[in-house]
Amino acid sequence: MNSTLNLLIGLAMGLNLLALGSSRLPSVIRAMAVQGVVLGMLPVVITREFHWPVALVALVTMGVKGFGIPALLRRAMRAANIEREIEPFIGFVPSLLLGAIGTIAAVAVAQRLPLLPEHAGTLLVPGALATIFTGFVLLVGRVKAISQVCGYLIMENGIYLFGMLLLHSTPLLVESGILLDLTVGVFVIGIIVDRIQRAFDSLDTRKLTVLRE
Amino acid sequence: MSTLLDILLRLTLWILLAPLLPGIINQVKAWVAGRRGPPVLQLYYDLSRLWRKSVVMSTLASPGFVAGPAVAWVALVGAAILLPIGPFGGGLSFKGDVILLVYLLAVARFCTTWAAMETGSAFEGMGAAREVSYAVLTEAALITAILALSVESGSVALDRMLALSAGTGAVLLAAGLFAVLLAENCRVPFDDPNTHLELTMIHEVMVLDHSGPPLAVILHGAALKLLLFAVLLSEAVLPMGRMSPLAATAALVGAVGAVTIGVGLVESLLARFAFRRVPLLLTIAFLLCLFALLLAWKGGPA
Repeated sequence: MNSTLNLLIGLAMGLNLLALGSSRLPSVIRAMAVQGVVLGMLPVVITREFHWPVALVALVTMGVKGFGIPALLRRAMRAANIEREIEPFIGFVPSLLLGAIGTIAAVAVAQRLPLLPEHAGTLLVPGALATIFTGFVLLVGRVKAISQVCGYLIMENGIYLFGMLLLHSTPLLVESGILLDLTVGVFVIGIIVDRIQRAFDSLDTRKLTVLRE
Repeated sequence: MSTLLDILLRLTLWILLAPLLPGIINQVKAWVAGRRGPPVLQLYYDLSRLWRKSVVMSTLASPGFVAGPAVAWVALVGAAILLPIGPFGGGLSFKGDVILLVYLLAVARFCTTWAAMETGSAFEGMGAAREVSYAVLTEAALITAILALSVESGSVALDRMLALSAGTGAVLLAAGLFAVLLAENCRVPFDDPNTHLELTMIHEVMVLDHSGPPLAVILHGAALKLLLFAVLLSEAVLPMGRMSPLAATAALVGAVGAVTIGVGLVESLLARFAFRRVPLLLTIAFLLCLFALLLAWKGGPA
């Protein structure tokens, strides 16, 4: 079980770097969506026996993160008519290197943490830390609103990974609630992106710092 | 006496087989494009034709113009002798030979760029600058890959380093080394071996003013380098040490063939990348090798 788990989390960590390194918005969105699907499988892998509610939540998570939210983002992208990130605050090579350093640091830190014995052999904690860090880099380093939303969603994936540690004690209802909030959030952001595009003729968030009548 | 004979045999094998690889790549490209393509042995004909021609020298050029390609070729042949061939081991195996291998490759590159700048043409200087600036990144990836193999096997002799596979890290290592192979040999996503547009050439522009035997030596050296990297990649990934000699030989030949066909397919299906995207791709190759190193070091994922 642990090797499947580690393989899935390793895949998610690789997708982090893919999201950091690609300049095209569709590929960032795709990386985020695939990561959502990969992480959505985790509850089924962790609880060894088959439970209906767990399988249902896994399915809904995969559906929303892998297909629902990316579809909303793609729509916003088409409406705003942008394809790629041109001049990020943190360039692609530096952000890729930052992500790699963050991943290595996460693995190193997680080995020092006093974890439960059943979590010590897995990549759950380092994966969560690395994914949250990737989300931060995307949020801080990108200029376009849609990339920042992707950063926010990748950060949420990291928090979701942390939640997997407590899978046996938190009700899955909490995760469903978070999922609902997330969908509403992305929905609202889609509308805001459209408004920003109409008001400023660009999705560059640097232009949103000046107050005007 | 038998060692001498062994080395001579290896030399003939490496030198004779090397020009076959570009022929296979061209055949694959022609097949994908639906053309008939040049014969597989085309490079052999080209080499023998070039060997019979005379040399045109620039009035500015010093003897280094001819010495550069010669030294580069000898360095590449030396590197090939160091590399073990499947179950037969290395021709000259000693502790730390992998470091010599890296330096021999660097000497070959230095001599090619030096000979390129001998003509005094700004155009070739530009190609040399490009070649060297890519090399900074590819060498980092190559050295990281070698470190990963060395940590995995606990040895600095090529013989033992390449005997075992790197486990989970082997996939990462294979991807990283394949990108290094493409970059080092100036294949498509990094450079186009067929292009003759001044803005896009890297390797081709360096050898533009060479003619006759020196050009033949450069072309043969490039083919040798391609074979060398294909063998290195195959042996780094396949667990050679655990197979019977016959199976290992077959696996090695099959893997080198697969790598060659893979290069041909990449070349026909992918467009050349813009210059500013190349460092990003090479950084990814470096990171793949770095994560393979970490996996080897920590003994599997945490």
